[in-house]
Amino acid sequence: MPTPETDGELLPRELVDETLTAALRTGGELAEIFVEDKRSSSAMLDDGRIEELVSGRSRGAGIRVVAGDTTGFAHTADLSRSGLAAAAAAAAAAARSGADGRRAVEVGPAAGAAAPTVRVPPEAVPKAAKVELLTAADAAARSEGAAIVQVAARYGDSRRRILVANSDGLLAADDQVRTLFSVSCVASGDTGLQTGRETAGRTVGFELFDACDVSDMARRAARRALTKLKARPAPSGTMPVVVGPGGGGVLFHEACGHGLEADLVAKSASVFAGRIGDQVAAPLVTLIDDGTMAGEWGHYAIDDEGRPAARNVLIADGVLTDYMWDRIRADKQGRASSGNGRRQSYQYLPMVRMTNTFIGAGADDPADIVAGTSKGVYVAHLGGGQVNTATGDFVFGMTEAYLIENGEITEPIREGNLIGNGPEVLTGIDALGTDFAMGSPGTCGKDGQGVPVGDGTPTLRVAALTVGGTAA
Amino acid sequence: MSESLLEVARRVAGWAADGEEVEAFAVRARETDVRAYQGEVESLTVAESQGIGVRVVRDRRQGFAYAGTLEVAALEEALRESRDNARFATADEHAGLAAPDGVAPAALDLHRPELEDFPVEAKVELALELERATRSADPRITGVESAEYSDTVYTSAVASTAGVEATSSETGCYLSSYSLASDGDETQTGFGYSVAREPAGLDAARAAADSAERATRLLGAAKPPTARLTVVLDPLVTAQLLAIVGSALTGEAVLKGRSLFADRMGESVAVPAFTLIDDATEPAAFTASAIDDEGLATRPVELISGGVLRAFLYDSYNARRAGAVSTGSAVRPGYAGTPTAGAQALRLRPGSRSQADITAGLDDGLLVQGVTGMHSGVNPVSGDFSTGAEGLRIRGGELAEPVREVTIASTLQRLLTDVVEVGGDLEWLPMSAAGVSLAIADVTMSGA
Repeated sequence: MPTPETDGELLPRELVDETLTAALRTGGELAEIFVEDKRSSSAMLDDGRIEELVSGRSRGAGIRVVAGDTTGFAHTADLSRSGLAAAAAAAAAAARSGADGRRAVEVGPAAGAAAPTVRVPPEAVPKAAKVELLTAADAAARSEGAAIVQVAARYGDSRRRILVANSDGLLAADDQVRTLFSVSCVASGDTGLQTGRETAGRTVGFELFDACDVSDMARRAARRALTKLKARPAPSGTMPVVVGPGGGGVLFHEACGHGLEADLVAKSASVFAGRIGDQVAAPLVTLIDDGTMAGEWGHYAIDDEGRPAARNVLIADGVLTDYMWDRIRADKQGRASSGNGRRQSYQYLPMVRMTNTFIGAGADDPADIVAGTSKGVYVAHLGGGQVNTATGDFVFGMTEAYLIENGEITEPIREGNLIGNGPEVLTGIDALGTDFAMGSPGTCGKDGQGVPVGDGTPTLRVAALTVGGTAA
Repeated sequence: MSESLLEVARRVAGWAADGEEVEAFAVRARETDVRAYQGEVESLTVAESQGIGVRVVRDRRQGFAYAGTLEVAALEEALRESRDNARFATADEHAGLAAPDGVAPAALDLHRPELEDFPVEAKVELALELERATRSADPRITGVESAEYSDTVYTSAVASTAGVEATSSETGCYLSSYSLASDGDETQTGFGYSVAREPAGLDAARAAADSAERATRLLGAAKPPTARLTVVLDPLVTAQLLAIVGSALTGEAVLKGRSLFADRMGESVAVPAFTLIDDATEPAAFTASAIDDEGLATRPVELISGGVLRAFLYDSYNARRAGAVSTGSAVRPGYAGTPTAGAQALRLRPGSRSQADITAGLDDGLLVQGVTGMHSGVNPVSGDFSTGAEGLRIRGGELAEPVREVTIASTLQRLLTDVVEVGGDLEWLPMSAAGVSLAIADVTMSGA
């Protein structure tokens, strides 16, 4: 049986003070310790069998020292007094300011604990109950027909407890629980193999499954794969693209989200650098990044620098109002962090990251948006994407898409990427539906680090995007 | 060091109860990472990490657990959890650990003490030099988004009740430069790198020059009209394509019906010039290793020979299921995951001509120097292939105007049979596939 979880503090206060003091021994403006204790468990069904259950724990501390423009960083899995002292010394040496900045650090009282958002802690749920979800999903997917030749289902949960303290006296903690479920199906037909996938994930406990029926998910994934067996090659060239509710979040994440991260802006590696106050999008676009949305996949109480999550309006009625900030970039500008400093684990330095990025509902009837499009593509379900923030060119994948012909959704098309340029696409958004929805939970990759992010949009239309198919 | 990694793994395997198979896979990595920005050290990371993954098989059921430390209490908890997890798996007649197969590991010199002895100050200097060299390579270089030196000393050990005992240690380092070139309002980006087992093998000047050239030559890029043409993939792009092809050539993908190669053994799947080998015993490969992640000897596997599908990659479990033997191709996503079959060091058998000679023979084509969205627009099950691309048009045998914001699309099946030529410019990269220039006909370039 799992070891009962202890809810005690991750590190005694005096050890926090001692480590921060040691980290500043050779000077520096800021010392920070980030302690993390993460437990994960997962169960995987594939090929009709419960293949494996995996559980694990990783625990450690990352220590950084900022001196001038240089950050020294060291991490250790050894949370003993000597282990932390060694890491503090390594971080201090790496920052190598050479000054004698000896000063004692005493952190303040811990910031108020987050309101509990977890009703059913996954660690309290029997493993057999998790396994049952998998077998239910398998059966439901296969009930869609013999053409469904393969089903994989995965359950995963994690509990990530963090403590952040720094030489300003900050001490803050958070307890982040996430639960995820995914189903992938393979369908086989005359045209070869096709795949369909569905994912659900929230920053909640096992109560995820009160609202999310894994059998329904499995059937949707299976039907997606079956539909694509009839798909024809996607068109190639530039045309109007309508993205269904929820899906457009990935588009904004890539088209401008990354470009609004202050670290990239500061290096002039973003097409949005120097454009605060400019009309960068169609007036119907208001883009918000909001880490406070309880339960959403990109939610947290504090970021990985100890700053409370916030609701940040990035684009208001098409006008660029602000970037997203972490501590280092905010300090340079003499402003506060926007609560977007995140890291994959204690083994990484934090940087500016998105949380839940979305565009609220518009005024158009979604049916009218399609009806008003004479020829184009309707993207019902998206894969991931990628952007070059310096040029603004970005791609995103369509994993379920259809042709729009004479205002009607007609034949399914095969998978592929769409490509566009962020600033052009933002100004080219000409319809926004009333049907806002959050999209699938995602893992955003940047500079080798993955963090959970959410996004959402209503149905929307981009006047011109390039569809990367092979058909004329 | 008080206890070697192999001793740790052996100790855990030794805790096996009656009727139980136990395997421990332990790793330790020491890393240094230096990033330079505007003549200063932006960040310097020095770190050591370690961890262990414990696999238990009992009554033909497999369980797994891991810990991000080698402290005794964590090892004991991982074994306990792994044992408990095994109870919930479906019994599988093929479940089990790898058994020694008598194949001796290749004698490879992959651990260079020179890297361990290389002082941090010298690493910092390499990163600063890379940034300086990139910045000064061309007046149109207006910024260096990142200039990075990174190295790893990686040691792994496997011990099991099935009698496997193996350990391996490798050093590796690389430089990477990501530059920004500007002309008026326009900005383009370029990437350059250099990889080696020890710092003396790194070439900062070349990484900087490549980075600057790739960025500056894209200045003025426009979106071209849609066309169907021959593409020449830069080595880095070819390597990304090979990694996807390799993922469809694993025993697991084939057995589970998730591979476009599933029923094609012995058939012609590519042009005769296409010979694809996975060979972790090639010491020049960045990902070379004498043992796989189950502790068996790695060995060269010719997957596609002269265009004919000849082999799949197997770890021990998938080999048993297929009635085959392990090809020494067990890979794990670090200590926190179970082994499965995977490519470790792919390469194409190189041809003879340089990229310049290949493009000189093309009347109308596209040199693809970078792709985006390989993860979102390529499906190794269906074979659909569509990625964002940037590069230079080839006209009358010459490199011509730059293009951007296009996609290139085909299917994986067709790409392999549409290969026109494999270049002679084999290049080792910081990834599990080597690069080489690759010309492919009849690809759709989707643009305006």
